[in-house]
Amino acid sequence: MSAPNPTINGTLAGAPVVAQILEPSPGAILRRRIFGHVGLVLGGAFLVLIIAMALLAPFLAPHDPLDQELSRKLIPPIWHDSPKATWEHPLGTDLFGRDYFSRLIYGSQISLLIGFAAMLISGVIGTTLGVLAGYFGGRVDMVVNFIITTRLSMPVVLVALAVVSLIGNSLWIVIWVLGLLIWDRFAVVMRSSTQQMRNLDYVAAAQALGCSTFRIIVTEIMPNILNNLIVVATVEMAHAILLEAALSFLGLGVQPPAPSWGLMIAEGKGFMFFQPWLIGIPGAALFILILSINLLGDGVRDVTAPENQN
Amino acid sequence: MFIYACKRFGVAVLVAITVSLLSFSLIYLSGDPAMALAGESATSEDIENIRRVYGYDQPIMVQYVDWLSRVVQGDFGRSHYLKREVAEVIFERLPTTMLLGACALGFAILLSIPLGVLAAIRPNTIIDRLALTLAVVGQALPSFWFALILIFWLGITWRLLPITGTASWQNFIMPAVALGYYVTPAIMRLTRAGMLEVLSSDYIRTARAKGLKPATVLFKHALRNAIIPVVSLAAVQFGFMLGGSIVIETIFAINGLGFLAWETIQRGDLPTMQAIVLVLACFYIVLTFLADMLNAFLDPRIRVA
Amino acid sequence: MADRILEVNNLTVDIPVPSGMLHAVQGVSFSVGRGETLCIVGESGCGKSLTSLAIMDLLPANASRTADKLEHDGVDILNIGENRMANIRGNTMGMIFQEPMTSLNPAYTISNQLEEALLRHKKVGRGEARERAVFLLEKVGITAASNRLRQYPHQLSGGLRQRVMIAMTLMCGPDLIIADEPTTALDVTIQAQILLLLAELQKEFHMGLILITHDLGVVARVADRVAVMYAGQLVEQGTATQVFENPTNPYTQGLLDCIPIPGKTARGAHLGSIPGIVPSLIGDLNGCRFADRCPYAKDECVAKDIEFRAAFEAGHSYRCVLSPEVCAKNAQRKLIA
Repeated sequence: MSAPNPTINGTLAGAPVVAQILEPSPGAILRRRIFGHVGLVLGGAFLVLIIAMALLAPFLAPHDPLDQELSRKLIPPIWHDSPKATWEHPLGTDLFGRDYFSRLIYGSQISLLIGFAAMLISGVIGTTLGVLAGYFGGRVDMVVNFIITTRLSMPVVLVALAVVSLIGNSLWIVIWVLGLLIWDRFAVVMRSSTQQMRNLDYVAAAQALGCSTFRIIVTEIMPNILNNLIVVATVEMAHAILLEAALSFLGLGVQPPAPSWGLMIAEGKGFMFFQPWLIGIPGAALFILILSINLLGDGVRDVTAPENQN
Repeated sequence: MFIYACKRFGVAVLVAITVSLLSFSLIYLSGDPAMALAGESATSEDIENIRRVYGYDQPIMVQYVDWLSRVVQGDFGRSHYLKREVAEVIFERLPTTMLLGACALGFAILLSIPLGVLAAIRPNTIIDRLALTLAVVGQALPSFWFALILIFWLGITWRLLPITGTASWQNFIMPAVALGYYVTPAIMRLTRAGMLEVLSSDYIRTARAKGLKPATVLFKHALRNAIIPVVSLAAVQFGFMLGGSIVIETIFAINGLGFLAWETIQRGDLPTMQAIVLVLACFYIVLTFLADMLNAFLDPRIRVA
Repeated sequence: MADRILEVNNLTVDIPVPSGMLHAVQGVSFSVGRGETLCIVGESGCGKSLTSLAIMDLLPANASRTADKLEHDGVDILNIGENRMANIRGNTMGMIFQEPMTSLNPAYTISNQLEEALLRHKKVGRGEARERAVFLLEKVGITAASNRLRQYPHQLSGGLRQRVMIAMTLMCGPDLIIADEPTTALDVTIQAQILLLLAELQKEFHMGLILITHDLGVVARVADRVAVMYAGQLVEQGTATQVFENPTNPYTQGLLDCIPIPGKTARGAHLGSIPGIVPSLIGDLNGCRFADRCPYAKDECVAKDIEFRAAFEAGHSYRCVLSPEVCAKNAQRKLIA
């Protein structure tokens, strides 16, 4: 009875071989899941488009975004039923006669640069703090938690505005101020992800094998919390872009005449009743950019979430 | 519970002290505060004078302790832009901002919790999809742009609501919506996720096995547990909204703390800036402390340890 | 008042999964009499728990349930609708779950959770409900009951929580209790106490009890009747004596070989094991589910579905192509070997 029946074993051993051949590879499954996710594909496609727009701005923009021509001010966009509308300025001109289409294209450079750079700075700070707290626990965790709580209690917009107004506002100052302010979500998420990883058996196994702490963090923990890191990175990039737009809108972010989308909305605000496109166009651009980044982030989370592995 | 409250209170006080140190150090960001105060045409003698009068020649720690002891007594110094006591102005403006924040949070909660619950009861249906779409769109909408759109349609085109000031309750509708909608996605998602998790838990099955009415199962057994993390989030979001009020108050010309902050930041009025940062931060600290206490009250596992 | 408190005929549970239809329970039929204990035994994943959830109409939303007959106390409960079923659940029919640690709501006191069942189903005041709760907590062996009532679930141990769960199902004085592996999550020392308590209460209140377990030792002690499940089907049913003394289906024989029986299993003797794994229940199924692992499998086993048939004694039936005589002989041969 205890000796296994060879014929049964034969069929059982045969079955998985066939299954392995028919089963798609993990890479193929991942590809299928990625391309089956509408939000991820849409978000990714739009983001790629916007990035391409930013990179190719000098070739795409029909005019210099800073070129003023007061005789051609406030031309409405092409879809407006107005004799002034012209293909020369497909999205019209602002109140200094600058080509709105060119300003929109160059504006994507500012938004993407600020979003990306501020996200990188905050990512490095937040991930370092979070991983250290999650891995070491105890006192380290207490201290990091305290730092996070303190940071959370400082109102971001207000502090950013105050600091920028005190030390001057250049693009890089805005980037650094935002980067130094919005690392909290990185820290919180990385801390809890690391805590979960830390208690898994294979981390204990790596410790038992005598691996160094640094090695364990880099080779055992980081790869497994990478998906969470990417999701937070998209959220924070969107957050930074929105904050820059808000600061510029309030007049304390990127300074004129730079074509920041937030600044464009602020400049168009006074004319919004008769020239609503002045706030409509840059606002819509901002909305689409944030939406595509968020869709991408949500998509990455859905595709890599462990509960969706099957 | 008492020990938990004491510990939590201790942390809150420590955070408040750290925040006060940070907002105090704001004055050193611009370099020499005396020089900034004196203006461009001042002679070096004037600057020296100001430095002595304001105590900027003392060691920094002495200045900080001095400043903090005055702050604790409610003396935030004098605003050189408004030519008034800072504390006076702040307590004049604070209620408006609180009211705005409360309206915005009320709007956000009334919208997001029912939506989150509905989405969780009927996952993957039209309601769920609609709620999720609303969340995704809401999170991508810049609040200042949304506020301008509201003004354009509701205020100017249709003339339904007043666009500036605080004259009546109608003045608060648009600002509250513009400030509150941004936090609805987060609260809705958390409510939905919490409800989904709780609804699949063993004790919900027990409740159903007892033959309880669906409404009892949903509200007494499920929502009560799912709402606990939402309380913390709502407190955090309320704090963020007070910070975000600077944008909304500026757009709608609401005479609150946010508008004051914008005015004084543009004028480089340091004492007022410091005071606003400190007051909002402390308010946030108090709020999260209260939320933790409420959580402990709602969750017997913390209350009866 | 029917003598049969529960009658199940040809119960089937299907669950759609990404790779097809999972036939979790297939054509299960049994009945439970008043004051009778039926034990359903089988390996993990054989459909025991889903059978019990199907009876209570507590299946997951995506699962579908069909049956030729499902009667509780002579009343059809198959198509009575959620409202009337809710009136029966927790009232005349109660259920105890596997996980006492998570089966009680952490936000409410024991008294709240005990009393709400009674207040829901019977016209009683709070005072009466409290008295009943104290009475039943003492009945299930909880001392200082009135103090316990004020406590929250997290303040109780697993064993105590399961006692509370038992008291909770007894609140309305049910005719039938379904206990789905009530002791699996508990310490070994407490398991026996809880099971004996259940058996005692079942006798005292003259209820029907369906005890779902994979612990054959327990079955031998408390069961009046035993039903053996394998891969979603019943494979053998009879009185405890019939099933234990004359196991007829080859799976039941294999299962009983796996446990030592005091006085029967020689010291130092090898315990049996059943080679192979449980087949997947997804997609179309044909023939005997056990054929892959059965030492007596023949061609005809996989050709068509195998019917339930009577064994030697009345009330004893099993599912196999082999006749009772051959099965008995097989069992004999194995004992000698």
